[in-house]
Amino acid sequence: MALIKAKNISKDYQTEDVVVHALQEVNFEIEPASFVSFVGPSGSGKTTILNIIGCLDKPSAGELMVADTEVALLGRKESASFRGKHLGFIFQDFNLIPVLTVYENIEYPLIMVQNIEPAERRERISRMLVSVGMKDQGDKYPQQISGGQKQRVAVARALVTHPALVLADEPTANLDSQTAYAVIGLMKKMRDDFGTTFIFSTHDTKIVGEAEVIFRLEDGKLKAKEIKGGIKQ
Amino acid sequence: MKNIFKIAVRNLIRYKRRTLLTASLITIGVVFVLVFVSVTGSFKSIMIGEVTDSMLGHLQVHRKGYVASIDSLPLNLNMKPKAYAKMAEMLKSSPDVEAFSPRLKFGGMFSNFTETTSIRINGIYPDREFQTVPFLTSRISEGKKTISRGEIMIPLLLARGLKIKIGDAVVVVATNVDGSVNGKQFIVSGILESATGPGGRDGYVHIEDAAEVLRMTELEVSEVAVRLKDFNHLHPVMQQLEGKIAAELNKEGKPLFEVHSWEQLSPFFNIAKMIDVMTFFIKIMLIAIVLISIMNVMIMAVFERIREIGTIAAIGTLPGKIRSMFIIEGLCLGVVGTVIGDIIGGIIILIINLTGIRYNFGRQELLLHADILPADVLTISIIVIIVAVAASLQPAIKASKMEPIEALRHV
Repeated sequence: MALIKAKNISKDYQTEDVVVHALQEVNFEIEPASFVSFVGPSGSGKTTILNIIGCLDKPSAGELMVADTEVALLGRKESASFRGKHLGFIFQDFNLIPVLTVYENIEYPLIMVQNIEPAERRERISRMLVSVGMKDQGDKYPQQISGGQKQRVAVARALVTHPALVLADEPTANLDSQTAYAVIGLMKKMRDDFGTTFIFSTHDTKIVGEAEVIFRLEDGKLKAKEIKGGIKQ
Repeated sequence: MKNIFKIAVRNLIRYKRRTLLTASLITIGVVFVLVFVSVTGSFKSIMIGEVTDSMLGHLQVHRKGYVASIDSLPLNLNMKPKAYAKMAEMLKSSPDVEAFSPRLKFGGMFSNFTETTSIRINGIYPDREFQTVPFLTSRISEGKKTISRGEIMIPLLLARGLKIKIGDAVVVVATNVDGSVNGKQFIVSGILESATGPGGRDGYVHIEDAAEVLRMTELEVSEVAVRLKDFNHLHPVMQQLEGKIAAELNKEGKPLFEVHSWEQLSPFFNIAKMIDVMTFFIKIMLIAIVLISIMNVMIMAVFERIREIGTIAAIGTLPGKIRSMFIIEGLCLGVVGTVIGDIIGGIIILIINLTGIRYNFGRQELLLHADILPADVLTISIIVIIVAVAASLQPAIKASKMEPIEALRHV
């Protein structure tokens, strides 16, 4: 059964004079534990679709089911709860909380969002720090680590709550190519270890190759779905 | 909650200089208010003590209509012996009354045989007067600390003006109730320092001498000064007394007595009220300082952390928790500023208490000590902390209402 089912999703933005059609009748399905990328040039609608899947934005038309929930119908508070329970986020600029250490950043959603018991919290964070290769960096603050390490911490923070789906908007845009590959590799490993679905957007053609399912967007329209191994729809 | 506090405190430490400046502003405000309240409180209690304990007493009872004409000390509005006896019985039976002193007051001429001037005289029973207004003895700067028949205590200014010393003979001449004039010679037994308020420059003689000057066949009383066991019960006791005396009517069915508190008799009460108003405005200023400074800091904090707010909202932090983070930040700022202010204020009050402040009030020199109740410190602190929280509310609500998508886009 599909984790995400999008049916005729459209999104319009009203600017001062004109209506911008950011997404136009987009249809797709994403299976659990898949490694998916939305690709396309700037303005193609990658971020918009990720925001809608992540309950940060609502579609202007269409239906979107995420983890058996019609997310477009959720209110503000329900959206926040849904995100905290089912979703993880990785941002282009890492967006770690600067006043918290690496350990505390990973701990944040467990305390503030999911209210997990201390013993389980410690166990999950330790496992996550080992998984992302940051075992000895827990006491450092975000400003004391490199960009690649920050993104590893962000991956750990996104996964520590055991979400069904992790959304990453241009996660490698601020990283050098070597680190970018390392981060994508880490995300893939996490998918393998935890069975979490990863959806990321990128315009980096080299990084795109790492995805197993690729959705190509152009001017708000879904132009193609490619499955690694050469199947193209 | 612990985590929210941790984030709030770390965010305050993150912007050290701004936090320090805002906390200092609150601290200075709290110190200023504490010192002001304590010094003015001391001034008020000294002055009220002087007014009530050296002249007026806590309450006074007069025959109805006397107070309206009190400046002329009308002899025809004195209490007759029967009326006074009723009043004395009433006061004796009251468990709240510690002491009371009948006075026979009159205005007259005072002469040292070479110069003459006017004087206001209180005829008193010395023992009862000193029980009712115990600080009166402390005003006697020269001479005996009591008064006997044939003796007079005169105010210092009069003694200086007429160059009168202890043991000198003087004459008091007064118009009697029937219009005739009578005089009597007295020996000066004491000189009294002046005090602020009505009666502060009066002379004192024995009440029987006063009756003799006024050629009274039976002793009349102009006023009865009353001292209560607990000054804080002034108003309830006064109400009780008013209830009792309302039942005492004259032949025409009109009330026989009237009772007044020191507040109604002394102009110092208006000064005390003014001090209270000033204190109130100083507190308002403190509230304004705290409100504006914390609101300013919190608005800045929200503005600078829009992306952070977007991040924590995106990962599922509920709006209520985001609101709490900023409110607790304001609370911490208020608590830190207030606690430091309380400590510094306490030290300054301690220093003032050790050294004292000399203050000239009219012709009097007062030695002020800072005097503040722990309840006052607590009230001021709680007000400041509540205002700090209130000032954080608007920015906190704004932060919690931010759309995560908009906040994440913020540059």
